[in-house]
Amino acid sequence: MGSSNGLHARPADLITREARRWESRIEFIGESRRVDGKSILDVLTLAAEQGTRLVIEATGPDADKALEAIGRLFDCNFNELGEDNLNPIG
Amino acid sequence: MKFSDFVSVESIRSSVHATTKEGVIREMTQSLVDSGKIISGELDGIVKAIMKREDLGSTGIGRGVAVPHTKHPSVDRLVGTVAISHDGVDFESLDGEPVHLFFLLVSPPDRPGDHLRALENISRQLRDDGFCKRLKAAKVPADIQDLLEEADKNGFVS
Repeated sequence: MGSSNGLHARPADLITREARRWESRIEFIGESRRVDGKSILDVLTLAAEQGTRLVIEATGPDADKALEAIGRLFDCNFNELGEDNLNPIG
Repeated sequence: MKFSDFVSVESIRSSVHATTKEGVIREMTQSLVDSGKIISGELDGIVKAIMKREDLGSTGIGRGVAVPHTKHPSVDRLVGTVAISHDGVDFESLDGEPVHLFFLLVSPPDRPGDHLRALENISRQLRDDGFCKRLKAAKVPADIQDLLEEADKNGFVS
């Protein structure tokens, strides 16, 4: 988890929205729990802070593409650059 | 983090008067001013900051729940409150449904971890349909306070 604000509401919205585009079952595995990657309430329960390690698991016909798409969101830190000037935490 | 760690019980509202997104946010922020958690001179700035966050994407996260929030330098610890709208308010939610349950959070800019743990607690409890139903049925602020205390007791503390 690279973003300094951690996995707060907006990135959780972005990644669950992306996850729902795919047929595969997508799960996020945090330090103490495994949750449904298509549910924002589930993903928020991970409370993943910066530096936390998350494993993303996809199972299904489009698993590879789904992982690639979700991985891209993490790679660009959910496009949060400069957003702190605007305000938010999440 | 437990509800009692951030919810100002004096600010809980069991029936908001406002019928719009900004109206509810203002009413809830005012309740934090009334209970002394926020200084009154900051009211407009905080409402504006929360609305700016909403512009980036609604915090109406589905199931009739919204978590409007902002960072603000005028608070030195995470403060929050809970409100219910029995009629429901159009919050441009992710699932398009009207919002009945509101958890408003204002956190110091340098404490993103506390904000995450508050969100974690709220989302974990709200996955329980029974909890949501009972919250929505609350008639007076004390009912909400009781439910939050019960959730704090039953839920594991993180």
